[in-house]
This record gives sequence, C-alpha cells and structure tokens, in this order.
Amino acid sequence: MNDIFHLLIGLVVGLNLLALGTGRLPVLIQAVAGQGVLLGLLPLILKYPHWDWQITLLTLATIAGKGFFIPFLLNRAMRTANISREMEPFIGYIPSLLLGATATIMAVVVTRHLPLLPEHAGSFHVPAAIALILTGFILLIGRVKAISQVCGYLILENGIYLFGLLLLHSTPMLVEFAILLDIIVSVFVIGIIVNRIQRAFDSLDTRKLTTLHE
Amino acid sequence: MSILEPACYLLFWILVPPLLPGIINRVKAKVAGRQGPPLLQLYYDLCKLWRKNIVLSTLASPGFLIAPTVAWVATLTAAMLIPLAGAGNINPFDGDVILMVYLLALARFCTAWGAMETGSAFEGMGTAREVSFAVLAEIGIITAMLTLIMHSGSITLVNMFIPLSGSNATLLAIGVFILLLAENCRVPFDDPTTHLELTMIHEVMVLDHSGPPWALILHGAAIKLMLFAIILVQIIFPVSEMPLGQSLLWLAGGVLAVTIAVGLVESLIARLAFRRVPLLLTIGFLFCLFPLLLTWMGMSYE
Repeated sequence: MNDIFHLLIGLVVGLNLLALGTGRLPVLIQAVAGQGVLLGLLPLILKYPHWDWQITLLTLATIAGKGFFIPFLLNRAMRTANISREMEPFIGYIPSLLLGATATIMAVVVTRHLPLLPEHAGSFHVPAAIALILTGFILLIGRVKAISQVCGYLILENGIYLFGLLLLHSTPMLVEFAILLDIIVSVFVIGIIVNRIQRAFDSLDTRKLTTLHE
Repeated sequence: MSILEPACYLLFWILVPPLLPGIINRVKAKVAGRQGPPLLQLYYDLCKLWRKNIVLSTLASPGFLIAPTVAWVATLTAAMLIPLAGAGNINPFDGDVILMVYLLALARFCTAWGAMETGSAFEGMGTAREVSFAVLAEIGIITAMLTLIMHSGSITLVNMFIPLSGSNATLLAIGVFILLLAENCRVPFDDPTTHLELTMIHEVMVLDHSGPPWALILHGAAIKLMLFAIILVQIIFPVSEMPLGQSLLWLAGGVLAVTIAVGLVESLIARLAFRRVPLLLTIGFLFCLFPLLLTWMGMSYE
C-alpha cells in the first residue's frame, strides 16, 4: 500500500508541474481534475484495510466534486468566457516550472527539519502537501487570467486537503465534507464572477481589476 | 591487455553505429507505408563521401577541416568510455563519467567552431541555437549522471549503471529519452531531414561541409545516437550483472527498441514550435532532477 501511496503522490506532484508548464486552460483544468481524483483515492489507501461507509462516501464525494463537478464548472466558465489560453503570464512557463521544481525540493528539504511524528517522517506526504500549496501560490501570483488563478486556488486547497489527511484518523468526517462543500460553493461564486468580469471588461485579465469605478 | 581488445571496441564503435539511422529511417518508412532506403544506406553514403573531394571556402582556415576531425575523435573517445553491458570497457578509471561529459562538450564546441569557419551568417544562427539549447540539455545529462552516481556510490562508468528502482527508473528513463532526442537533434527538437532554413538547428551548422569531413560528421552523429541509446538501456536493465553473452543480447535488443522508439516518435509527433523547445528541455531536466532528489532522500533515510 505504501508503494501505491507514493505512486499517487508522485503523480500528483507530476500534475503540479504539468499545471505550471502548460499554457492551455483545458490542460490546466484537466490537471487540477486529475489531482482531485488522485487525492480522493488517498483516504482509501491510508485507511486500508479498515474501510467503512464514511471513508467510501468521502472518497466518492471528493472524486465526484474535485474530479468532475468543479472541472465541469470551470470548463463551462471557460466556454462562456470564450478563452482557451493564458496569453501573457507574469511569470513565464519555464521560470514557473523551475520555481515549482525548486519549491518541491525546498519542501522536501524543509520537511526533514520539521518535528513530525515518526510515522510521517519518512514519507512524501508532508513535502507533497507543502509543494502543492507553494505551486498554488505560484499559479495565483504568476497568471493573469481569472480561470488560471482559480486553478491555482484549487491546487492550493488540494495541498491543504493533503495536509489534513495526516489527521485522517482523528478528524470527524463532517469537517472534510464541510470543506468540500465550501470549495464547490466558492467555485460556483468564482464562476459567476468570471462571467461578470468577462461582461464588464471583455477579457478575463485580472490586471484590469485594479482601477475602481463607481 | 593485448592490442586485440581495444581494437575490437574501436571496430565495434566504428562499424555498428551507422546501422541505427538506417533502422530509424526504415521504421519511419514503414509507418508511412513506403519502401524506404536500405538498412545499410548510411554505410553506402559514408563510402561515397569518403571518395569525394572537399570543397573549401577561400575564407576558411585549416580549422574548417580540423574541427570535424576533433569532434569525431572526441565523440568516439567518449563512446569508448561507455561500458558495453557485461563486456565492460577497456580502461575504467575514477571519474571517467566526467571525461565523457566533457568530451561530448568538446565535440559540440568543435562542430560549432567548424560551422563558424566559413563566415556564413546562416551557420552562425544555427550555432547560436544549438549552443543555447545545449546549455539546457547538458544540465540534464549531468543531473542524470549525478543520479546514477548517487545511486551506485561510484564515479566510474563501469560500476555506475545499477538500475534504479520502480518509479525512479521510469522518471530517469523518460528524462534521458527526451535528452537523447534533443542531443541527437531528433524530431520534437529538430528535424534531421529538413532543409527549411528558418527551423534548422543542427543541419544548418554542417551545411558547408563536404566529402570526408561531412562523412565524419554523419558518422559522429551515429556514434552519439548509439552512445545515448546504450546509456538509456543500461539505466533501465541491469545488464552489467548478467553473463557476457546474455548481457550483450539484452543490450542489442534494448538499443534496437530505443531506436525503433525514436523512429516512432519521429513518425507520430510533429516537431515543436521553435520557442517551445526550451520548455520541453526543462521538462526533460526535471525528469532527471526528481530521481536525483528521491535517490538522495532514500539514501538519507536508510
């Protein structure tokens, strides 16, 4: 199970880099969706073989929400806004890839100095969580299109979720469900905002939001 | 050690590599539904070029002839350092991996130098491209070698090729394959058959060479392809631990598979838009970097 866990974590980090390196919004959304599915599978693996209905439900809900529903909302927002590419990011694709790789390495290095429980010390769980959070930040800072920024936010949230899985054995499931619901609601809201930005400015460039109008 | 053994290695590295471009062309032809040139086409070409005269620009200094020769010798020497599966290599010593990397760099420098000799602005452009991509490709190769050094704890090429485990091996193999394509100017980076001026990289550097120097350049390119293919195979399969005959068989099979893969990539993928090349090279570098990181972590957690 440990091998599968590390394989999933590896794929998640790989998708991170894909998200940083791509300029196409559909690919970015797919990467975020793929991450959602992989992360949704993690609780099953962490709790193996003590599965109960709560875990199964959480897994299904996470996969359905993060893997399918949120990407569907984003895809729809993208289609209505009629854009498919990030044109001029603040931080180019190669620099952001390299930044992401550096962030991943730094996460690994920093984790070695964190006072973790012995069962978490040797694994990639914590470094991957930190790497996801930092990748989310890089996307949030470096991209100008609202949808890319939402994807950055979702990756950031994935990182927090992965961090939260450390407490899987002690947190009530209710918390996880509440968080999932929060994200879906926020993506809903962002979808609406994206539409409004598109209608008001004829583009999704968030740099245009710096000037206030009455 | 008799004189026979080095002679065998030398003969191997001179005679076998021109087969690989033949295989690639055959695969491309088959995928496209054509007959294709004979497998030994490059041998015929080399023989023909060897008998021809050299066309020399009046501007060119003797460097125009020296550069391809030095490049060929450097590539051949680098290739001789690579162990051939169970057969090892002639004269292993500590740090030969570094010598190999530098010899390849020397070969590249000489090709660039030869390209500039005729004073053609066109070749200068190709050189600039080749060298600026090389910066990224070389980092990748050094990282890949560093991963192997870290994993095996040895800086001798003969002992270095201990395959990594599981996911590390996959990542490193993908990374090295991308670097193989870049270093040998194969398709997603550069099209070896193109003669469209604006997009050529490697081909534009060697446009003015003719006769025997051109043969040396073609042969050197084949050696380099073979060198990278052998490195890639030894990263994946533990060939150095098998008995001699079996390991050579595995090596040959592996090199054949890599060559066919290159041919398939060339048939199925279009070359990248020029400005996206650095992105793919960076990805290749990252594919080599992460196994290094994981190997390093693995070592420190043991």
